[in-house]
Amino acid sequence: MPAFIKAISYYLPEKIITNQDLVGEFPEWSVEKIAVKIGVSERHISAENETAADMGVKAVEALFTEHDIEKREIDFLLFCTQSSDYFLPTSACVMQERLGLRTNIGALDFNLGCSGYIYGLSLAKGLVYTGIASNVLLVTAETYNKHIHPQDKGNRTIFGDGAAATLIAKDGFAKIGEFSLGTDGRGAENLMVKQGGMRYRKLFNDLGKDERGNITSSDHLFMDGGEIFNFTADAVPILVENVLKKNRLAQDEIDLFIFHQANKYMMNYLRKLIEIDKEKFYIYLEKVGNTVSSTIPIALYEAKKENLLKGNVLLAGFGVGYSWGGVNLKIS
Amino acid sequence: MEINEFIKNFANQFDETDITEFQPETNFRELEEWSSLVALAVMNMIGKKYGVKLSPDEMRTTSVIKDLFALVQSKK
Repeated sequence: MPAFIKAISYYLPEKIITNQDLVGEFPEWSVEKIAVKIGVSERHISAENETAADMGVKAVEALFTEHDIEKREIDFLLFCTQSSDYFLPTSACVMQERLGLRTNIGALDFNLGCSGYIYGLSLAKGLVYTGIASNVLLVTAETYNKHIHPQDKGNRTIFGDGAAATLIAKDGFAKIGEFSLGTDGRGAENLMVKQGGMRYRKLFNDLGKDERGNITSSDHLFMDGGEIFNFTADAVPILVENVLKKNRLAQDEIDLFIFHQANKYMMNYLRKLIEIDKEKFYIYLEKVGNTVSSTIPIALYEAKKENLLKGNVLLAGFGVGYSWGGVNLKIS
Repeated sequence: MEINEFIKNFANQFDETDITEFQPETNFRELEEWSSLVALAVMNMIGKKYGVKLSPDEMRTTSVIKDLFALVQSKK
């Protein structure tokens, strides 16, 4: 039984940080110049007591209302986050109850970042394809801003919080094609929040500055921009090639490329490397920032709204792990 | 390895700056469009096209295109 994306909705927290706000906080820094380069003018920030699961619930409620979906139809819940409410239980179980979903359904969390949406689609497709479930709810939600040190201006400029909900079913507007997936744990330390898991339970309290004056702290989000840049530039062109091969498509048969919206400069760098026309490369970052696992569903939603989805749409997600994945969607 | 080719590859990492602005003597750090992101792209390009992996510290030792070219040549 083929699997399709049937509906997508998303939720962004209320609080907005504009570039102007950041300029106010970091007057010595050329925020405006950097923000233009990375293509973000606003990012939404989760409230102090608002978690990824809270935002996930809101995204699902939006999905049910916007697309007239009955909650009793849902027979599997997949929740992608790296920011669980608790060590245990699984957030998906808590969300089942909060959403009033049936109890005779499956629900689980999986921990991935920027590649998470692609992996979620692959799991959902497997569930539908094998007949284990018919209407899979895939929820992506992230609150990286809770992990970012307030003085870490670079990451605060890039990342926004947000959540998206996608229904995968036996019919829909986009048939989920073949996947190419990849993993390389050698990159684990290049994008990391070290503290807080079982290996390092206690705070490091090692706040410092690197030679360029940037904040360093093992208790907060760390991203080695250079290493991530190199990984992405190496992995993504090969990923795209593999997705094309698996789907028996030539690059010129792809009507739209939707990549993880890392930042505009990086995306354009990849676009030029892979030789993709500007018109076939979708960017939706300006009002949301990099929302990690939700960038692709948010971009898909917006591209659909703009009537840009037709023919073949190639999705690619890549980042923390390292983990990457891509898939082709056939739009009907 | 030729400097004109290097300058072309270097200029390719910029989106807005006019190609005529890139000369051997150009101080790239003074270009309006120069940023840490462009620096990452330049370092990546040097790795891909010339097989030379520059560290951020090495990158920071140069400001002029021809000096960067010389640095890459010296490491080949």
